[in-house]
Amino acid sequence: MNRARKQPPEPRADHAPAAGSAAPHRAAAREAPAEPAVSEETKHLLELVDQMLLIRAFEERCVELYSSGTIRGFIHLYIGEEAVAVGVNAALSPDDAVVSTYREHGHALARGVPVDAVMAEMFGKATGCSHGRGGSMHLFDVQRRFYGGNAIVGGGLPIAAGLALADRMTGRSRVTCCFFGDGAVAEGEFHETANLAALWDLPLLLVCENNLYAMGTPLEHEHAQTDLAMRAASYGMPAWAVDGMDAVAVERAARRAVDGILAGNGPHFLEMRTYRFRAHSMYDPDRYRDKAEIERWRERDPIPLLAGRLPAGAADLQEMRERAAAAVDRAVAAAEAAPVEPVEDLYRFVSHEGS
Amino acid sequence: MTASAPAPVSGPEKTSFREELRAAMREALLADDRVFLMGEDVGKYGGAFGVSLGLVEEFGPERIRDTPLSESGFVGAGIGAAVAGLRPIVEIMTVNFSLLALDQILNNAATLLHMSGGQVSVPVVIRMTTGAGRQLAAQHSHSLEGWYAGIPGIRVLSPGTLQDARHMLAPALADPDPVVIFEHGSLYNATGPAEPRPESFDIVSAAVRRSGHDVSLISHGGSLPKVLAAAEALAAEGVSAEVLDLRSLRPLDGAAIAASVARTHRAVVVDEGWRTGGLAAEISARIAELAFYDLDAQVERVCGAEVPVPYPKHLEDAAIPQVPDIVAAARRAVG
Ligand SMILES: Cc1ncc(C[n+]2csc(CCOP(=O)(O)OP(=O)(O)O)c2C)c(N)n1
Ligand SMILES: [Mg+2]
Repeated sequence: MNRARKQPPEPRADHAPAAGSAAPHRAAAREAPAEPAVSEETKHLLELVDQMLLIRAFEERCVELYSSGTIRGFIHLYIGEEAVAVGVNAALSPDDAVVSTYREHGHALARGVPVDAVMAEMFGKATGCSHGRGGSMHLFDVQRRFYGGNAIVGGGLPIAAGLALADRMTGRSRVTCCFFGDGAVAEGEFHETANLAALWDLPLLLVCENNLYAMGTPLEHEHAQTDLAMRAASYGMPAWAVDGMDAVAVERAARRAVDGILAGNGPHFLEMRTYRFRAHSMYDPDRYRDKAEIERWRERDPIPLLAGRLPAGAADLQEMRERAAAAVDRAVAAAEAAPVEPVEDLYRFVSHEGS
Repeated sequence: MTASAPAPVSGPEKTSFREELRAAMREALLADDRVFLMGEDVGKYGGAFGVSLGLVEEFGPERIRDTPLSESGFVGAGIGAAVAGLRPIVEIMTVNFSLLALDQILNNAATLLHMSGGQVSVPVVIRMTTGAGRQLAAQHSHSLEGWYAGIPGIRVLSPGTLQDARHMLAPALADPDPVVIFEHGSLYNATGPAEPRPESFDIVSAAVRRSGHDVSLISHGGSLPKVLAAAEALAAEGVSAEVLDLRSLRPLDGAAIAASVARTHRAVVVDEGWRTGGLAAEISARIAELAFYDLDAQVERVCGAEVPVPYPKHLEDAAIPQVPDIVAAARRAVG
């Protein structure tokens, strides 16, 4: 198998793990290979900042489009959590598969699903990445091995195990990465999947985005044991918590996990400690969170956090932001101009017969 | 535990479907301390659709109990608590997620009484939101009332009016068997004047919501406002449509269905669920069994299109029954 996995830039000393980024419960990872040039590292970090800016600009525009009634349905914003998507994606190769949730704009964009196709999907247009059938919660791009936006909490997990099982049974050396929330860890589907994956040594990367809330319910009302990594470890897989606001820490952890998976050590679980800056969805009045808590987390906004690590003068953040906004402008214009699926095609894609 | 007398619950002049559901729960919680509510975010958040807003402040977190995202677990726990003599109201955010609890509902709630030879009663009430119409796409738009209505051992209710939103809960809680109540998402904001509980109120009879003599429009729940609008439009064309609100989907009020068809000789069945093997199919069969010789035209069905509900408005609209579809079907029936 031709693996085009990018080599990680060696983290600099000031990228040392943040407090709370625990050691693996079962050491299994190989160390990352060494030392590309510093300029390569800077380029790489710039790329991550660029991706986060695009996701941020995309979602901020979605809020406006929702307010004006152009986009409807449920929208779950990822604002604040971008470091997880871009950091994990940086550790994946194009061969690897991704399974996601309804909060998946960031996962899709980081994966390289074109911003035009994602925006068109938000508009419900025929040029959308799911032909407009899915909307915000159901972004798909199988060509990029992006197996969707799933709106049933926990619903993507068993599917991800199946993708990984297929790779294992056919001897393909690649990884399936599944994103899910802290709330999903309470679902039976999480526990069934964790057990299956560990039992069968599946090449599965479980990425729990622990943003401390499942809709309005705080983590400690959701779980008797709130150390989620420890619970995953009890299934016999390496599992550890990571500072999910720090894209570099996320990438490093994901690389370590991917290396472990590819070395044949079975599934790995990463608990990404993160936070959503916005309400659960556009319907949510967000009455359950303390404003001061939100402000504290905003101080660790992953974009300035990473940008602040670039060497002085390496980036013009304002210019990068404008470039992201321009890309989103073009996507909106294209989506506005795009056709809708004709009503006569309502029954298309129900089965292959009708497609 | 003892049941205390309900404090008077005074409703405002104008009320909403959501407020009426809440008032019903409040009354039940006041009347009987065996009653409690549990589900995801039913406490401080007030439920996904705001139905239980304020109840945790009044009744506390023991009786307004937030659950983790564990549908099979907490629905099963509701069943167990009912077996042990409590009167749980279990809220599942939507019917789509109830599929994770379907094993508990079908294999336990609906089955324990029979399997135990009559020893184990399950007086649980399970409420859930159903239906499409808000562009929430395939996994949030199912109408599976017809599936549930096929399960022996449970009662299935579908309130479509403010009055039913307000008054169905008490008799449901009094039922010694499991009751599933479907609340259509498009109805929560429906408003109107609060009405007192009628003298004769039950949860078994269908109700004629509009009298007519040319055609019977038979429906329930979230489709009811559309059917009433269609009847209005038909009246303008000189077609007199009777609107029969099923209210109870299991058991079905076959006598009321037959009586309506005997008056009008034509029937249009409207249900948002899928057509094949769905609720409308069952009602059509009942009509064929109970009122065959009264029919002057073939039975018409207006159902959800057999697709997972798509996101864009024009396709979603095309996928679920709309007023013009109902009017057209009635015209075909009347010929
Ligand atoms: C099985 C199921 N139950 C309930 C819901 C409604 N719901 C959607 S998201 C959500 C909270 C999920 O929290 P978490 O897993 O932490 O993910 P987050 O939204 O925080 O990213 C709930 C209750 C659902 N979509 N699916
Ligand atoms: Mg969460």
